[in-house]
Amino acid sequence: MLREIRPAIVLLLVLTAITGLAYPLAMTAIAGTFFPAQAQGSLIEKDGKVIGSALIGQEFRDDKYFHGRPSATVAPDPNDSTKTVPAPYNAANSGGSNLGPTSKALADRLKDDVDKLKAENPNQPVPVDLVTTSASGLDPDISPEAAQFQVARVAKARNMAEDAVSQLVASNVQGRMLGLLGEPRVNVLALNLALDRAAAK
Amino acid sequence: MTMAGWLQIILFCVIIVALTKPLGWYMTRVFGGERTFLSPVLRPIEAGIYWISGVDEKREQHWLTYTVAMLLFHVGGFLVIYGVMRLQAVLPFNPAGQGAVAEDLSFNTAMSFITNTNWQNYGGESTLSYLTQMLGLTHQNFLSAATGIALAMALIRGFSRASMRTVGNFWVDVTRCTLYVLLPICVVYTLFLVSQGMPQTLGAYIEATTLEGAKQTIAVGPVASQVAIKMLGTNGGGFFNANAAHPFENPTALSNFVQMLSIFTLGAALTNVFGRMVGNQRQGWAILSVMGVLFIAGVAITYWAEANGTSTLQAVGLTGGNMEGKEVRFGIVASSLFAVVTTAASCGAVNAMHDSFTALGGMIPLINIELGEIIVGGVGAGMYGMLLFVILAIFVAGLMVGRTPEYVGKKIEAREVKMAMLAILVLPLMILGWTAVGVVYPAAAASMANAGPHGFTEVLYAFTSAAGNNGSAFAGLTGNTLFYNLTLASAMFVGRFFMIVPAMAIAGSLAAKKSIPPSMGTFPTTGGLFVGLVVGVILIVGGLTFFPALALGPIVEHLAMNAGNRF
Repeated sequence: MLREIRPAIVLLLVLTAITGLAYPLAMTAIAGTFFPAQAQGSLIEKDGKVIGSALIGQEFRDDKYFHGRPSATVAPDPNDSTKTVPAPYNAANSGGSNLGPTSKALADRLKDDVDKLKAENPNQPVPVDLVTTSASGLDPDISPEAAQFQVARVAKARNMAEDAVSQLVASNVQGRMLGLLGEPRVNVLALNLALDRAAAK
Repeated sequence: MTMAGWLQIILFCVIIVALTKPLGWYMTRVFGGERTFLSPVLRPIEAGIYWISGVDEKREQHWLTYTVAMLLFHVGGFLVIYGVMRLQAVLPFNPAGQGAVAEDLSFNTAMSFITNTNWQNYGGESTLSYLTQMLGLTHQNFLSAATGIALAMALIRGFSRASMRTVGNFWVDVTRCTLYVLLPICVVYTLFLVSQGMPQTLGAYIEATTLEGAKQTIAVGPVASQVAIKMLGTNGGGFFNANAAHPFENPTALSNFVQMLSIFTLGAALTNVFGRMVGNQRQGWAILSVMGVLFIAGVAITYWAEANGTSTLQAVGLTGGNMEGKEVRFGIVASSLFAVVTTAASCGAVNAMHDSFTALGGMIPLINIELGEIIVGGVGAGMYGMLLFVILAIFVAGLMVGRTPEYVGKKIEAREVKMAMLAILVLPLMILGWTAVGVVYPAAAASMANAGPHGFTEVLYAFTSAAGNNGSAFAGLTGNTLFYNLTLASAMFVGRFFMIVPAMAIAGSLAAKKSIPPSMGTFPTTGGLFVGLVVGVILIVGGLTFFPALALGPIVEHLAMNAGNRF
C-alpha cells in the first residue's frame, strides 16, 4: 500500500495542473482568438460605452420601452449585511424566487401583477411569462405574445402607430433553433434598441 | 404539451442511443489500453505522467489496494479545493476581489466536489475567485468523474474476468479516462459553448450602464471550460448561482440540448462497455432498456405536470404552463426534460428552479435520485449503482425458482447480495435520517423558504440530493448555515464512499470466481422479462422506502393545492 502514496501525491498534482490550469487557460486563449465577442460576454456598446450584454436581461420600467419578465434577484442589504434586498436583474447575483406552487406569497404576487397588466391592456389575455419570475432572474427574452401584449402601451408612449411597433416586434421574433429546439422568443434589449433606432429616423 | 415538445424529447432519446455504441467501442479500447486515433498525441503524455508519478501501468491492483488508492486520491483532492478556497483572497486570478471562503462553506464545497455532488451552498459569482473555479472546481470535476468511471470499470472487470485477484490499476484508469475521454471531448465542447455565447475570459466583471441609465455589474469568467466538464462529468456545480439557467451558463436552446446530451452520453455508453467486456452487447442494451423505461416514464409525468401548470396560475386566468422559475428560451418542455435528465444522471445542474416546479413535476426529480440515480446515472456511479440493483433482481429471481442465481457467467452468492444491500441501504439511512433531524431541529427548520408541505420537501430534497451525490436543490432552502454545511457534507461522504466500498468488494469477489457457461436453467438476462424484473425491483425497493416521505411532501402538497390551500 505504501507505494500508492507517491502516485496519490504526484499524479494528483500533475492532473490538477493539466485540468485545473493548463486546460482552462488554453481554452481561454483559443476561445478568445476564435470567438472574441462571445468570450468577453457578448457585450453591446453604444457611443463607445457598454450598455449591457445581448444575453443578459436588464430592467425596463419606462412606458416607452418593452418590459422584461419580473426578476427575483437580490443584493446584500446596505444597512444589514445578513439580510438581502430586492435588486431586479442583478447580474452579479443570479437566482430565482424559489416560491413553490402552494406559496401564498406567489399567489398574492401573481394576482397583483395580473391585475396591473389587465388594467394596462384589457383586450388580450395576460401572457404567463410576463408575470412569472425567471430561474436566473436575468432572462433576456420574453415570448412573442408578451411583446405583442405591450405594443399598445409602447406605441402610445412614443406617439408611434401601433402597426409600426407591432411590425418591429414581429421582425425581432427568433424562432425555435433549427426549427425544433426551445421556444420562440423576443430579446427585450435588442427590441428596445431597434425601437430607439426606429424612433430616431 | 405540444408536438414540438414531444419531438424534442424523441430526438434526445434517439441521439443518446445512437452515440452509445460508438462511444462504448472507443471507451472499451481506451480502458483496455489499446491504440486509439488520439494515441500518437496522448500516449507520450500518458507515459510521461506514469514515469514522473512512479506508476507501473502493467501492475494491476487487488480490489482493496484499488480502493485505498482511490481514497488517498480523494484526500489530496479535498485538501487542494479546501486550500484554494481558504486562500483565494491572496492568490491570483481574483479580479472581483473575493475574500476567503468561510471554513464550513469551504469544507462543504470540498466534500461536495470530491464526491461528484457539487451541491451549491456557495454563490458562484458572488463568492468564488476565478482561480477557485479553475483550480479548485474544474480540476475536481474532471477527477471525480474519472474516478467514477474507473470504479465502474473495476466492477465491470469483476464480471468479465474469471479466477483473478486483481481488478485493474486505479492510477492508470483515472489517467486514461482524463486524457483520452474527458479532455478531448471538453476541448471541442468548450469551443462550441463559447460559439453559443458562453464567456471564457479572465477579465474583470463588466460595469454596464443600461439603456435606462441604471448601473449593472455583469459577472463573467472562465465559464465555458468549466461548464463543459461539469456536464460531461455529471458534476453539475454551477459557475453562477443560477447554474445552467443563467444565460451565460446556457445561452441558447441548442447549448441547452447539447448540455443534456452530454450529461447522459458517457453513462449510456458505459452500458455498452459492459456488454462488450462480458462478451455480449445485448447484456448492455438490456440494462440501457431498464434505464430507458424509467426515464421515459419520468419525462412524461414531469412534462405533463409542468405543462398543466398550477391552480395558483389558473386562479388568475394564466395559461401556458408553469413558467415560474423557468426561462423563456427553454420553455416548458426543455426545462422539464432537463430536470429529469439531471436527476436521472447524478448531474444536478439545473436550467429551471426545481423549487418552483409543480408538486408532481418536482416529485419526479426527487424520485429519480431516491431510486439511486441508476437511470444512466452519474458517470460510472450510475453503472455500478445499476449493477447493484441487477444483483438484487437476479437474487430475487433465484429465490423464486430455487436456484443459485447467475449473472453473465458469475454465481451471485451471499457475499455479493449482502454487499449490494449494504450499498443500497446507505441512501435511505442518510436521506430519511437527516431529513427527520432537519425538520425538528429549530435552527435547521428556520432554513426553509416555503411553508407547509413544500418546506418539508425542500429539506427532503436537500438530503436526497446530497446523499445521492446529485447536487440539484429546491434552492429556496438556505443551505449555507453551519448545520446544513456539516450535515449535507456527511450525507455526501457516506452516500458516495459507503456505496463505493461495498461495490468494490463485489468487484473483487466476482473477479476471483470461476466463469460458468450458461445452461438450460440459466435465467436469460437480455430479454424483456429481465428488464421488467429489474424495473420492478428498483421501483419496489425505492417505493417501499421512500413512499411515506413522498406522501408527506409532494403528494400532500398536490392534494392541498387542488383543494385551494395556500401556505
